[in-house]
Amino acid sequence: MAEINLSGTKYRFGNTYRKDAWWAYPLFVFLALSLFVVYVTWAAWQGKNYWYGPYLSPLYSPELFGPSPHRWIGPQPTWWPSMIRFSPALFVLWAPGLFRLTCYYYRGAYYKAFWADPPSCTVSEPRKKYWGENSFPLIIQNIHRYFLYVALFFILFLSYDVWKALWFTDTSGNKSFGIGIGTLVLAVNVVLLSGYTFGCHSLRHLVGGFIDRLSGSPVRRRAYICVSCLNRRHMLWAWMSLFWVMFSDVYIRLCAIGVWSDWRIL
Amino acid sequence: MAIATFQILRGDASNTRVESYSIEVSEGMVVLDAVHAIQATQANDLAVRWNCKAGKCGSCSAEINGMPKLMCMTRLSDLPLDKPVLLQPMKAFPLIKDLVTDVSWNFAVKKKIKKFKPRKPDNPDGTWRMAQEDIDRVQEFRKCIECFLCQDVCHVLREHQLHDQFIGPRYLVYTAALEMHPLDVEDRLEDLKKEDGIGYCNITKCCTKVCPEDITITDNAIIPLKERVVDRFYDPLKKLFRIFRFKK
Repeated sequence: MAEINLSGTKYRFGNTYRKDAWWAYPLFVFLALSLFVVYVTWAAWQGKNYWYGPYLSPLYSPELFGPSPHRWIGPQPTWWPSMIRFSPALFVLWAPGLFRLTCYYYRGAYYKAFWADPPSCTVSEPRKKYWGENSFPLIIQNIHRYFLYVALFFILFLSYDVWKALWFTDTSGNKSFGIGIGTLVLAVNVVLLSGYTFGCHSLRHLVGGFIDRLSGSPVRRRAYICVSCLNRRHMLWAWMSLFWVMFSDVYIRLCAIGVWSDWRIL
Repeated sequence: MAIATFQILRGDASNTRVESYSIEVSEGMVVLDAVHAIQATQANDLAVRWNCKAGKCGSCSAEINGMPKLMCMTRLSDLPLDKPVLLQPMKAFPLIKDLVTDVSWNFAVKKKIKKFKPRKPDNPDGTWRMAQEDIDRVQEFRKCIECFLCQDVCHVLREHQLHDQFIGPRYLVYTAALEMHPLDVEDRLEDLKKEDGIGYCNITKCCTKVCPEDITITDNAIIPLKERVVDRFYDPLKKLFRIFRFKK
């Protein structure tokens, strides 16, 4: 390809002629993602107060091993290394974590906010070398679709949690249908996570983006249109679902600790 | 009439300076009007490339207060005129003079992209039939006016100057228009990965932000192409699938 000579151009980190508050958005991303990572790491290592009655925190779902009645397989496995503190969240959090980490939207956002690559449009970077997503480690971002496959299962698990959150056990052990604020919190969580997951760029490609003639496959075309529709607001879904996952855990944790009590609507 | 000050980068590649010009501005003026007024009254030798004054020719691209924009589509009322307005040429391309840059690199890149190759005609009379829903996706890309603002804002070209390894957002859009065309049968995926350097794009979406035609460059062109490259080169299951299909 033709080369180009721009030898006279000099760049210094942070150098820009922009006169707007270009730093505001990357700063927001930096603070919001940092808050989320710090909170989720703290919550994941707690290993307690993550369920309350029929509610299970989405950070711990599905609970494969653990002490709560929501567990699927059994209590803490005997093979768990004694020097590592046990928490059921450690079995599951990697999957949604890697799904978000490799998400096309978040990639663009955290490259700017955490790696200043670039800090913002037309703002100079701290490094002269640049490899992009062409070589290790960022070339791994290309397997985003595999984390999507796993994330789709999580939508099922979390939907099942909403179903379970509709059945309350009374003091005599009888189960009855009901709706609490916690049920609504978990239901909204599923809606927002579905909006985010089903609007994924990789899913858009997999349901129809990979072919050039969708007119011959009406189902595939409809699916492509639906995913594209969600994809147009992918950033919004990403932030809302991120916030709501954290809020859901806070809500259930505070119910479990007794700071506030869940209000039954039905 | 209000007075506004414009600081314009003057000179050529060997010597540049910023000069200030104050002119009277009135309602409805765009930056290009101001530049023409300066050219007519204070700096007859000011070089500026322009043509249609309607945002359709893509000639008057420049950096206004540090952001790549079309001068003919930037209203003075949208700028803070209490401070001087800074006008600079595009930085991703070599400077010729004042606000004019040499964008010929773009045309050289375009020539290297594999051309449109239609499938065999659908009908005996040598014609094809296309469904509107199949062509909808690529019609967006045909809006491009080749102003090269997306190339200018892209940090891979602007800052890292990888012009020899990366074709830039404009030509990824161009490739997407060909690659996703319902009639086209050419294969450009290997070129996209190796020659065109699609992996250099790290999805900052700056190109989408500055596009005067509101083409959703990153989401509708670059990411779908990245996904097609993943299909071919990075997805182990797809690779296995291709091996077994080939054996049959």
